[in-house]
Amino acid sequence: MRKLTTSMCVTGLVALLATSPASALTVEESIAEGKAVYMGKSRGNCISCHQINDPDANLPGNQGPPMFAMAQRFPDKRILRAQVWDATKNNPISIMPPLGKHWILSEEDIDAVVEYIYQF
Amino acid sequence: MKIIKNLALGVSFIMSTQLVSAASTGTTLETVSPEADRIALQNFYKKRFPNTELQDYVNGIYAVDADSRTQWEDIEAFPPYEFDVEEGERLFNIAFANGKGYADCFENGGIGIRQNFPYWNKEEGTVKTLEQEINECRESNGEKALKWGKGPIAQISAYMAWTSRGKVFDISIPDGDKKALAAYLDGKKFFYSKRGQLNLSCANCHVQGSNIRIRADLASPALGHTSHFPVFRSKWGELGTLHRRYKGCHQDSRSNPLDMQSETFRNLEFFQTYMSNGLVVNGPGSRK
Ligand code: HEC
Ligand code: HEC
Repeated sequence: MRKLTTSMCVTGLVALLATSPASALTVEESIAEGKAVYMGKSRGNCISCHQINDPDANLPGNQGPPMFAMAQRFPDKRILRAQVWDATKNNPISIMPPLGKHWILSEEDIDAVVEYIYQF
Repeated sequence: MKIIKNLALGVSFIMSTQLVSAASTGTTLETVSPEADRIALQNFYKKRFPNTELQDYVNGIYAVDADSRTQWEDIEAFPPYEFDVEEGERLFNIAFANGKGYADCFENGGIGIRQNFPYWNKEEGTVKTLEQEINECRESNGEKALKWGKGPIAQISAYMAWTSRGKVFDISIPDGDKKALAAYLDGKKFFYSKRGQLNLSCANCHVQGSNIRIRADLASPALGHTSHFPVFRSKWGELGTLHRRYKGCHQDSRSNPLDMQSETFRNLEFFQTYMSNGLVVNGPGSRK
């Protein structure tokens, strides 16, 4: 009986966690957050290497390809996310930092930046 | 002032996805060949920037980016390091408390010898740099060592480079000296290895990424990196040594940078200067 209560509590906790902040973001909020990650020097700093057709993108670099036709080129969003998480998987000498693998961005930040670039 | 330049202007290319095979020989003592590495690196740039003459690589990014070159030429018309060269000459000629001076420590009184540094010192079993020997000269004459990055040491080094302008680098790795070759290899590995939270190697930016924008910055080709130091850098607003620059770039990969004049940075300078054999001394330089 005691065991059952504990496991019920755990289930309850897990359920609570699952609905906590990250997934509570609306798509708009997530895109806004992703934009901040994209532009932020101490965050993703994607803009230092990738052009993007956003009027707020100031002095983008061109080390990597422009963020263009993303939904068409990456029908499977998970493949896009994997590229952001660890670019060295596709190209071991890539200049692109492994943003997830090296804990440069949180998993939530990566989800957000993927949502943001997916619009372009 | 005579500035080494060549009017062949570079054309910029975007080749970010091209695979880079500039490190053509191995990374073990058995397989590495410095001379083959040097030729491979020079050939890599010849292909990448076909309009740039080899001798022009002493001018860093300005050898390959026409836009920033014009601005730089305006700056070089009134060189910002002129005062430092004069101050360096004055410091060079002040006698130590014991009556001796820098001229007593170096070959040819320290004049026109910049191209011989860094060099492999067999007796000590280590690479020696010019700045290191400036400080050793002081200490062996009872004076305090100078700080490595800027100020007097950079000024003295600038004056010594100034007296050597136009002389050709010819760094040698004594035949059959395994320790010297190991020092070269250590420098080479440091240059090509990824490091830090951002997982960046020197080669990421200065070989495959050279003359491609990282935000508004353009990284120079690695060839000629060491020819013109110390450098008056606008961002610093003053003169700084090569190892000061190494430290900054090392930090940019979000690593804990090594100390200036540490063994690995000296080996890196040995490797980089060997790559630039055949180019001339044109220090001090000015950079953005
Ligand atoms: C220092 C440079 C650099 C930074 C910073 C960088 N990238 Fe990249 N990125 C590249 C390069 C170069 C490539 C090309 C593939 C390769 O070499 O790995 C690339 C490839 C990509 C691709 C695949 C594009 C395609 O068309 O196949 C995506 C998507 C991408 N990056 C997204 C991002 C995002 C999002 C960020 C920031 C969170 C980011 N990158 C940060 C350099 C960078
Ligand atoms: C994130 C990109 C990046 C990385 C990584 C990087 N650098 Fe740099 N480096 C630059 C930029 C940009 C400049 C300024 C423009 C230029 O090259 O003069 C620069 C400048 C330099 C200079 C001065 C060039 C000159 O002509 O005066 C040297 C030398 C140098 N870097 C060496 C290194 C070494 C050695 C490493 C590895 C420890 C390294 N860099 C890593 C981007 C980088």
